[in-house]
Amino acid sequence: MAREVTTQRKLLVTVLAWAIGLLIFFPILWTILTSFKTEAEAIASPPSFLFFEWTTENYSEVQQRSDYFRHFWNSVVISVGSTLLGLAIAIPAAWSMAFVPSKATRNILMWMLSTKMLPAVGVLIPIYLIFRDTGLLDTRFGLVIVLTLINLPIIVWMLFTYFREIPGEILEAARMDGAELRSEIIYVLVPMAVPGIASTLLLNIILAWNEAFWTLNLTAANAAPLTAFIASYSSPEGLFYAKLSAASTMAIAPILILGWFSQKQLVRGLTFGAVK
Amino acid sequence: MATAHSRAAARLMLSPAVILLLGWMIIPLSLTIYFSFLRYNLLMPGQEEWIGFLNYEFFLTDPAFFAALTNTLILVAGVLVITIGGGILLALLLDQPFFGQGIVRILVIAPFFVMPTVSALVWKNMFMNPVNGLFAWVAKLFGLPAFDFLAHAPLASIILIVAWQWLPFATLILLTALQSLDSEQLEASEMDGAPPLSRFRFIILPHLARAITVVILIQTIFLLSIFAEILVTTNGGPGYATTNITFLVYAQSLLQFDVGGGSAGGIVAVILANIVAIFLMRMIGKNLDI
Repeated sequence: MAREVTTQRKLLVTVLAWAIGLLIFFPILWTILTSFKTEAEAIASPPSFLFFEWTTENYSEVQQRSDYFRHFWNSVVISVGSTLLGLAIAIPAAWSMAFVPSKATRNILMWMLSTKMLPAVGVLIPIYLIFRDTGLLDTRFGLVIVLTLINLPIIVWMLFTYFREIPGEILEAARMDGAELRSEIIYVLVPMAVPGIASTLLLNIILAWNEAFWTLNLTAANAAPLTAFIASYSSPEGLFYAKLSAASTMAIAPILILGWFSQKQLVRGLTFGAVK
Repeated sequence: MATAHSRAAARLMLSPAVILLLGWMIIPLSLTIYFSFLRYNLLMPGQEEWIGFLNYEFFLTDPAFFAALTNTLILVAGVLVITIGGGILLALLLDQPFFGQGIVRILVIAPFFVMPTVSALVWKNMFMNPVNGLFAWVAKLFGLPAFDFLAHAPLASIILIVAWQWLPFATLILLTALQSLDSEQLEASEMDGAPPLSRFRFIILPHLARAITVVILIQTIFLLSIFAEILVTTNGGPGYATTNITFLVYAQSLLQFDVGGGSAGGIVAVILANIVAIFLMRMIGKNLDI
């Protein structure tokens, strides 16, 4: 039985919740608003909240000044590439652990998780030197490799928690019907696992898109994704609020939208199934 | 029943992931350990020599290390207190019925999806800037002098920025845990006349204990290696005021080219993270019923 809720109480909670929600969201809202102002208006005191002359020239100027689309494309290639590569490696691994568990499965899973706990800075120097000597420094390919490896444990874990919920009998029935292992995976497992795979894909694109240790340390001019593109605005000559806001809005908008779709999976993915 | 055939196939399918992760762990980590025992500076190539634990000695006795260690702990603890405290309150609020729940949830979660370099720069320039920032304008409204956040309270400012990014994560997980709470138990206690505070203390908080532990452990892993926020706001300064261990290792190896010293610092960071990781692994392992 649901508890009775008085309208008065519900209204009070509504006001409070909206106020706090807007307060938390305000920095993002303010960034978006400022991106449509002129530079003079962006630093005006008192600041104008809605009643200013809306302009979109900041967006075209950011594109001209620092070639947004090139960085955007780098971000897309790096985050999507590393996620797809990670899925290609992780789907077979998670499948085998979920459906043919052995005594070692538990230890393998825990060990994979432990690689994720390795602080990046502990392996920064060797990776940097290896990349320098093999010409991978400042290439998208190099970053795809690194991000695949750092996110692989999360991908395996997420897929494992989803695959485990698929009843094994269905697979056996398919096998009885004479299905080969390969077709078993493609025609039976994949359709049932698609929702789980999709959430894993989404969450990992988000994580890779926002990754800001390796992308900052291993790129310069060529392969720099949006994280590094924005960091270039930290120099004092880049102190143009409206342009900074336009660049920021463009950097976060795609992932903000993806993120809102994946909020439920976020909990499961980031807690490795410990909270569902 | 799995056949011997499918068992062999399963092992084969597992091997690429295992081999790759094994390589990713062993190769760079053993190189870091090896470098940490060398005098190795990128500016003096060809002069590497074995110096035993000297790098560790220098790194651990450097006043910068002590400052960085303290800053790392303050940063992690500060963000944890804010996000867990705020997260519990917010989760309790959002768990109540109200109009527009879906939209408010979206608003609250949004900061988590903002990339670290963006949130750091937006806070630094548009809010904390002592001349043009919004906080300066608010201070002026109240007749107060503007406060230069990143110059006078640099670490607290970074804690604020990072806490803003992680509050949604804590809220979301605690809310998920709260929603799995049996409402009959709450109703029963309500009928027994238990005041709200003791309901929270004896029913809700114990139920959230596990989720809180998970939040603490996962956030600690990420917070120990905060980097981008420091790089774009303060660059570790003023002095060492905002240098954490990660940033110190970065500065030593990639700015001062001291590979040996940086590697020793990297290994120290690995050891610190492992202490937290062991507890986290135990928590997750308990939940794994294979």
